[in-house]
Amino acid sequence: MHELAITQSMLDIVLEQAEKAGAREVGKINLVIGEMTGVVDECVQFYFDFLSKGTSAEGAALSFTKVPTTARCRGCDKAFELKEFDWTCPYCQGNNMEIVAGKELFVESIEVE
Amino acid sequence: MKIKVVKDILGANEQIAERNRQLLDSKGVLAVNLMSSPGAGKTSLILETIKRLKGKTRLGIIEGDVSSSLDAEVIGKEGVPVVQINTGGGCHLDANMTHSALGNMPLQDIELLLIENVGNLICPAEFALGEHKKVLISSIPEGDDKPFKYPSMFHKADVVLINKIDLLPYLKFDTDAFSQAIRGINERAEIFQISCATGQGIEKWVSWLLTQMSRRQS
Repeated sequence: MHELAITQSMLDIVLEQAEKAGAREVGKINLVIGEMTGVVDECVQFYFDFLSKGTSAEGAALSFTKVPTTARCRGCDKAFELKEFDWTCPYCQGNNMEIVAGKELFVESIEVE
Repeated sequence: MKIKVVKDILGANEQIAERNRQLLDSKGVLAVNLMSSPGAGKTSLILETIKRLKGKTRLGIIEGDVSSSLDAEVIGKEGVPVVQINTGGGCHLDANMTHSALGNMPLQDIELLLIENVGNLICPAEFALGEHKKVLISSIPEGDDKPFKYPSMFHKADVVLINKIDLLPYLKFDTDAFSQAIRGINERAEIFQISCATGQGIEKWVSWLLTQMSRRQS
């Protein structure tokens, strides 16, 4: 349910940027969300519909680019997508890795009129 | 017209968290964010920590709960400054709530601040409070598969405390596999096995806390 706070922060950023650009209306919001953040698209959409009412972003389309959780093996240096319940390197079977992607949570761009 | 934004959605929270950290630093306070699922032993750990550090270290406690001040009342009896935050349904503490709580805490009189987050393994991982260290309590009855289910939380923890180890004879929990899973994605995490019921392992946790405090002062 942290999506409520996240959606509010996202909307704040969008409205600030739209106002700066002198936009009348926000048509689309492009979001990048790493899988590791546990943010659920449907929840963001639900809260967005509610929070954006009466703002210039009301009715804007939300586009979600999801980034899979990706790890880099410290043993063989290869990168791979982290699987659920299996955190071994598929190349060398090592189990010491660094998370290199999947923690993203940002507004990439907005499309305004 | 397309406008490039590339702004971290939690940037505003991060900024307030940074201000909280600066305030804590200016008062020489070490702040620890205690996170776990409900019932893993956050309040018990705080009470055990108070028991061992009272008279030696000046402690302060922030209690985060969805509602009620039950925990704050229990801790208040120990004679330690405590501030209750009720999130009113919110599933995590954030930097702004913490900022308000810090305003009610006699910071000049404390050197170690334990912040009990809302019991939840998902949301608190994403919201910095201004803490110096993140501590995760995971207890034996929850099962040893938790790192796989909540990777973000385990990835960010500076310390993982495996609590309720007095229950190991009765429950199926592979502490080696559990520790190995954590180390897999977080090689710097310190892992301690403790029991707040018997006191086992608490000394090691307390000594870790004291080491962090002395490192900051030096």
